[in-house]
Amino acid sequence: MLHIENLHASTAGTEILRGVNLDIAPGEVHAIMGPNGSGKSTLAHVLSGRPDYEVTAGSVTYNGVDLLALAPEERAAAGVFLAFQYPVEIPGVGNLYFLRTAVNSIRATKGLDPIAVTTFIKMADKAMDAVEMDKSMKNRSVNEGFSGGEKKRNEILQMTMLEPTLAILDETDSGLDIDALRIVANGVNALRSPERSMLVITHYQRLLDYIVPDKIHVLAAGRIVRSGGKELALELEASGYADIEAELASKGATA
Amino acid sequence: MTRTGSTCDLPRCSTCRLPSVRHADSHGLTAEALATLAPDLGGFRLVFANGHLVAELSTMPDPGSGVTVASLASVLATDPDRLEPLFAGRTAPADGMAALNLALADDGAFIHLATGAHADAPIHVVFCTTDVGHPVLASTHSLVVADPDSSATVVETHIGVGPLAGAACANAVTRVVLAPQATVHHYTVQDLPDTAFHLGVVDVIADHDSTFTAHTLSLGAAIARHEVRVHLDGDGADATVTGLYQPAGNQYHDHPVLVEHNTTNCTSRQIYNGVLDDHGHGVFNGRIMVAPAGMGTDATQSNRNLVLSDRAEVDTRPRLEILADDVKCAHGATVGQLDETAVHYLRTRGIPEPAARGMLTYAFATEMVDRIGPPALRAWAAQLVADRLGAVLGDDGPPPDANPDAGTGTGTGTGTGTGSVHTEEVTP
Repeated sequence: MLHIENLHASTAGTEILRGVNLDIAPGEVHAIMGPNGSGKSTLAHVLSGRPDYEVTAGSVTYNGVDLLALAPEERAAAGVFLAFQYPVEIPGVGNLYFLRTAVNSIRATKGLDPIAVTTFIKMADKAMDAVEMDKSMKNRSVNEGFSGGEKKRNEILQMTMLEPTLAILDETDSGLDIDALRIVANGVNALRSPERSMLVITHYQRLLDYIVPDKIHVLAAGRIVRSGGKELALELEASGYADIEAELASKGATA
Repeated sequence: MTRTGSTCDLPRCSTCRLPSVRHADSHGLTAEALATLAPDLGGFRLVFANGHLVAELSTMPDPGSGVTVASLASVLATDPDRLEPLFAGRTAPADGMAALNLALADDGAFIHLATGAHADAPIHVVFCTTDVGHPVLASTHSLVVADPDSSATVVETHIGVGPLAGAACANAVTRVVLAPQATVHHYTVQDLPDTAFHLGVVDVIADHDSTFTAHTLSLGAAIARHEVRVHLDGDGADATVTGLYQPAGNQYHDHPVLVEHNTTNCTSRQIYNGVLDDHGHGVFNGRIMVAPAGMGTDATQSNRNLVLSDRAEVDTRPRLEILADDVKCAHGATVGQLDETAVHYLRTRGIPEPAARGMLTYAFATEMVDRIGPPALRAWAAQLVADRLGAVLGDDGPPPDANPDAGTGTGTGTGTGTGSVHTEEVTP
């Protein structure tokens, strides 16, 4: 489904990704862990098409298509979804209006008619119940004045409504208390299916207790330095990233 | 009787040969055409075509009721004594266009609210420019007189049936006189064809404990200058002067605003927002003038601008002149562009870039649409603003919390960038 090969990317003249290779098969959930500054969020931004990140080498193929050649909205239409680490506040744009515009924009690219308002509201109500979101959030401005947990739930609500085939969750656990973490994880788990792949980016092992991945990769200094099964998370939890960083430092010293 | 292309016939101006029309007919303005240009706000309505009343499209209250809505010309003809105190003893207007207006205007709206009278529905004054085949200068002089404890909402709509063959210029002066405890909410919606010229003045005298709001939407015209002057002459009077301008193409929208605090304990808010695109040029030239007697003044002024094009231009001059020492005044201005992270966020949800930009731009403008009280006017204005910005309105309506205490401004001066806009503050 997703094939990343030798991906190099930089922002503001600094190279962050230095040759990332990754393969995700349909239905698989992969986790990317790593220390701060290792390039985890950069990878998420590059996959979403953020304009201030420049891909300098490598390729990303998604369902046989060159993902990097697509505009962000085309990636969304193709089924790629990024749950932001810091969801953007948009004053003056109603949450439900935004969501319906998004759903209908994607439907339009598939030649489908817009969803009727009443049908849409029913769907949204159900999805909001699933992530235990207060109904008052429907008509509030997108993310404006939302707490950290509410913003993350709103991301999962959008993901539920947009039904992506590749969901990228960028530190969705950051800033969440244990209850919010459980709610968000339940929302994510409800979306697991044989056709849908997920890339879960996290700093902590904690999230992976709730969203159990098929594979875990460790990203450090812009490369994937270790891959393994879900037991790798426990290993990292015990040893921390210090070993990996020390290892990299010694390599850097000998290089 | 129709005399086209005549010059005005006042003695003073007999040689000025200004183009005007002195029709008694409707200038081709039909009820059907009007219905597509301006909404029915449910109240009394005066319709003027090129400065002259179109009686058959107007609805007026019965004579003798507490609310008078009539044409100035008809009052002048039947009851001139009623107008005498409103014109006698006034010094000549300082600016040329206002003087010209006084010389040339032979009609306009006359709205009088008797003591304690309340107009339930908005009173709609429609000024329509139509194509008469030659250049036209339509000069109207309107009066809104609110006696003690009365209240009304007055909506002034400037529209036109385009395209216009010759140059068309509307020179509209509206004077508002508020007695103690009177309330007038005045709206101006200027949506003229982009070839027309608009010169508007709203001049207000507010007595003690009266409340006045002026809300201006500048959308159309090639060059529009819409001035609001409020003289707070009575203790405890309150004024809110707000507006939205969105020049695009080669449009020029100029907004001189003056609020004078001439006595004690008056409050005023000025809030103007601008969206500037293409070669559009917007001006906010706002002044708060606190006279030596203006103790206890509480006045703020804010101007925020969203610049969408690198060829657009905005001049912002929020100014304070304070001659009293016990005052609370604040002012500020910002100029910014759309927040690119917000554009990206919308695009990652599948919303194409032009729609995403339109959505964010409308979100910036909507704050000024949401300040409109009458629902029918608000819905119409929302559509006009969205159409001009190329945005698509949702039928879910605007978010309810997007209406921050409509009618009164926020208290702090230096404009903070709400809306998805990256702003730079302008030091006045």
